[in-house]
Amino acid sequence: MSFFEQYGTFAILVVLGCLLYALIMVVSRVMRPSVPSPQKLTTYECGVPAEGTGWTQVNIRYYVFAFLFVIFDVEAIFLFPWAVIVGGLDATTPVSPMFAVVAMFLFIGTLLEGLAYAWKKGVLRWD
Amino acid sequence: MTGHDVVFVLVGLLTAAAAILTVTSKNLVHAALFLATTLAGIAGVFLVLAADFLALVQLVVYVGAVAVLFLFGLMLTRAPIGREALDNQNRGLAIGVSGGLFVVLSALIVDAVVGGSLGDTTVAEVTGPGIEDIGMAIFAEWVLPFEVLSMLLLAALIGAIVLARREPGDSGEEAMATRIDFGDAPPTEGTDSLSSGSLPELTSGERREGGP
Repeated sequence: MSFFEQYGTFAILVVLGCLLYALIMVVSRVMRPSVPSPQKLTTYECGVPAEGTGWTQVNIRYYVFAFLFVIFDVEAIFLFPWAVIVGGLDATTPVSPMFAVVAMFLFIGTLLEGLAYAWKKGVLRWD
Repeated sequence: MTGHDVVFVLVGLLTAAAAILTVTSKNLVHAALFLATTLAGIAGVFLVLAADFLALVQLVVYVGAVAVLFLFGLMLTRAPIGREALDNQNRGLAIGVSGGLFVVLSALIVDAVVGGSLGDTTVAEVTGPGIEDIGMAIFAEWVLPFEVLSMLLLAALIGAIVLARREPGDSGEEAMATRIDFGDAPPTEGTDSLSSGSLPELTSGERREGGP
């Protein structure tokens, strides 16, 4: 299959998924009884009334987790092209298999240093 | 117009609509989510232009990670999130700059396609290098930049930890110490829960100070 045929199959799947979602929502809207009341719009329908708004400033320590995610997300991006080629490498290709494996593990190891640093500094511990 | 063109126009219109909603939305969080939609639309544009690795990067890094950083940035600062209306004073300037940029870029594209150097080119099949080619190029020629990149990411990670970590002795140490005392001593925790029943305002204030 060519490039666009492969992704065309994927696009058809996405469109069908959206249509299925729309169908389910329309059917449930048609079939359900509609009895609106202000009680249903409260945060906890039975329980303590919520005070203030849900929009508050959160602790800075969440930021480290978000940042760790971003760093390892970028790392994951580089695993894709590596994983695609590493199986087909042999002596005839411009890259030897051992070289590709060592290069990638050097890359991962450098980033693991960062994770070890975060662990040692205690930012992963929530106390 | 081929089916390929139709898909390209549809994806472009979706992206443009999301971009317009990003700048017109009154709620900053909604604007950030529309920005994520815009970035996903750009990933779709890349995919239509046969750049599937770039589309993958766009989805994983921009939609996944940068949008998350945007939302965290909004939640960590006291930005006017929620239902408070946004009103930036530089709106006229922003319209001027983006409108000027749009006119210049449109003129350049129209000039290149209609009258300029691209006028006589024939329509070619849209192709791009596959992920295999990119991977081979990275490991055959660009290994050193690839390893330097890991050092760059490491530096960014350590910088973020140094900035965000609370050193002992910084402001806010008292709040940490208080919380640790409550957690480490079970006998006082019992009395604490008793007193929290009589003083609800105090405990709710404490929880808001450092808790999730």
